[in-house]
Amino acid sequence: MEKLIDLGKYIEYGINKLEENFSGLWGAIDDLISWTVDSMNDVFLAIPFYIIIVFIALGAYYANAGKSAFKKEGLKKGGGMAVFVILGLLLIFAMGYWKESIQTTTLVLVASVIALIFGIPLGIVAARSKTADVIIRPILDLMQTMPAFVYLIPAIFFFSVGNTPGVIATVIFSLPPAVRLTSLGIKNVPSDVIEAGRAFGATEKQILFKIQLPLAKPTILAGINQVILLALSMVVIASMVGAKGLGSIVYQSIQQNDIAKGFESGVGIVILAIILDRITQSIAKK
Amino acid sequence: MADKRKIKIKVEDLTLIFGKRKQEAHSLLEKGISKEEILKKTKCTVGVNKVNFEIKEGEIFVIMGLSGSGKSTLIRCLNRLIEPTSGKVFFKDHNITRETNKELLETRRTEMSMVFQKFGLLPHRTILENAAFGLEIRGEEKLVREERAIQALETVGLKGYEHQYPSAMSGGMQQRVGLARALANDPEVLLMDEAFSALDPLIKSDMQDELLEIQNKLHKTIVFITHDLDEAIKIGDRIAIMKDGVIEQIGTAEEILTGPASEYVEAFVEKVDRKTIITAETLMFKKNTLVQMPKDGPGVSIRKMRSIGVDVLPVEDENRKFLGYVWLQDLLELEKDKEISVKKALKPNVPSVYKTYTVEDMLPLITGIKYPLAVIDEETGKLLGLISQTSLIIEATRFGKKEISELKEQANDM
Repeated sequence: MEKLIDLGKYIEYGINKLEENFSGLWGAIDDLISWTVDSMNDVFLAIPFYIIIVFIALGAYYANAGKSAFKKEGLKKGGGMAVFVILGLLLIFAMGYWKESIQTTTLVLVASVIALIFGIPLGIVAARSKTADVIIRPILDLMQTMPAFVYLIPAIFFFSVGNTPGVIATVIFSLPPAVRLTSLGIKNVPSDVIEAGRAFGATEKQILFKIQLPLAKPTILAGINQVILLALSMVVIASMVGAKGLGSIVYQSIQQNDIAKGFESGVGIVILAIILDRITQSIAKK
Repeated sequence: MADKRKIKIKVEDLTLIFGKRKQEAHSLLEKGISKEEILKKTKCTVGVNKVNFEIKEGEIFVIMGLSGSGKSTLIRCLNRLIEPTSGKVFFKDHNITRETNKELLETRRTEMSMVFQKFGLLPHRTILENAAFGLEIRGEEKLVREERAIQALETVGLKGYEHQYPSAMSGGMQQRVGLARALANDPEVLLMDEAFSALDPLIKSDMQDELLEIQNKLHKTIVFITHDLDEAIKIGDRIAIMKDGVIEQIGTAEEILTGPASEYVEAFVEKVDRKTIITAETLMFKKNTLVQMPKDGPGVSIRKMRSIGVDVLPVEDENRKFLGYVWLQDLLELEKDKEISVKKALKPNVPSVYKTYTVEDMLPLITGIKYPLAVIDEETGKLLGLISQTSLIIEATRFGKKEISELKEQANDM
């Protein structure tokens, strides 16, 4: 069928112009992200695996046990999680995917931090200004519903193949819950508490930092948890543009029709997902 | 005496209109068009309609009205949590309605603190941190604000709870924290928006007593909003009754109860338990005819009685101090004996009351006596007036005069 409107062409034109005119910017972003990811990988891989496992296990234990970490009670609350962390990570190591797991975790962490750096302030703006909310909301819908493969193409265009387009695609995919849940958390702060703040002469800044953000904290933390999990779910797709890690193993095994490899790397991703989810969730609960 | 106090808050022609076409609605209102018409024409609601009042230093000024009367809106116009459409609010000498944002923040931080119906406490902070909130907002040092907050918490009876969280406390205790937060700022004016309305009746009553006690010590100027007339009467030095954004009447509880300015107010006050409010001063009638000892002898006294047709008269001494009553029959006997003083006929042991006594206080005194109650001045002992038993019973029972005479007839028929 003949096209009446060639929307794709306009978008392509726009993206071409963006690439041409801001190539310095894209280069700088690429350098920054690649450097961060590479150096984090180098650092984590330089540390012996057992130290990392012990460290994460202790972290998981403390996140779950909280104040009762040194009591019998704490063992009940956090003990199970610590055991799971140790066994799960040992399994990954034993299967030979330690390096890939570190790469994946780094990718997820870098993408999540970037998503939060942009997402939380955007959520604050959306909560406090109706106009901003009206503009931001459809963009978030677009980011979440557009198939992830589609924005991989311009990502490669701007940053060529490697970790950077993977991180960028992951950021785009995982950013919305940070914005939405921050905005929701702030909007749900009871108006009488805010009015009390106003009545005592609080400035807008004081209301934000002393009332709205502290009261919205549980919701914002739930948003962070969602961001991390969405980022992890993006690793397989990100590997299609050259991001390294467990995702690329999955991608390889699809191409080679290798059931064993595919299953092993899949299990690795699930273990990482459970650990990241439980730790962030228990932090959010406190 | 009351008039000598300085005026702390003065409200002039304060009007607030909700809606998008405020200016249009406002000019219609100026032309004297009714609220309903304005709503129809402009879709704007008149929340507060040209309200005027003055609040004096140290006064508890209660604004009373049912929901939708505009009372909560009105109190928010005083510290501009809601921006009034027109009119002026003066705090001492300065016009709050013309303050810049910075000045307004300063006013809220130092001069007016507010207590809310829903408390408005911060759940993530301890009681101490909540009480210190106002001081924190205005930038006091941590040590200073905690010291003052501890003091304020002690004032409201929450010593020892400093490190609890609001969720662990009952409504009454939470509101004490709200009150402590307001007091910690040491403002000149306290704005209390239905502060006790969310509490159980018993706790509410406790809090009212406590507020009055605190007021006795601190002498703040308090603007108190309520929908409960009993509460208004209990704590208010003066009460403003609001309806549909208009103040129907301003006065002391007694002025409002005894002389309601409109049918609305009358309907309102009908349900109030008058026994505890109506005082001797309202009920007494002035007595100009007295027997003065030792000047008046039995003969003069009898003539005084006959001239006004009574058989009992109060007696005072030359310093106009009330002494008791004399009865006609006793005087007649004295006259027969040619006594020159009424002293022997004087019945000194009669109940007397001060003018602040309420009906409830006076009722027990009239059992077993057949003469009016004497109202005397607390300091000089001078007779101010008399209260007939009938008027006391009318007040106590709320029967009208007609009903009482009917009751009497029924009693006679039997």
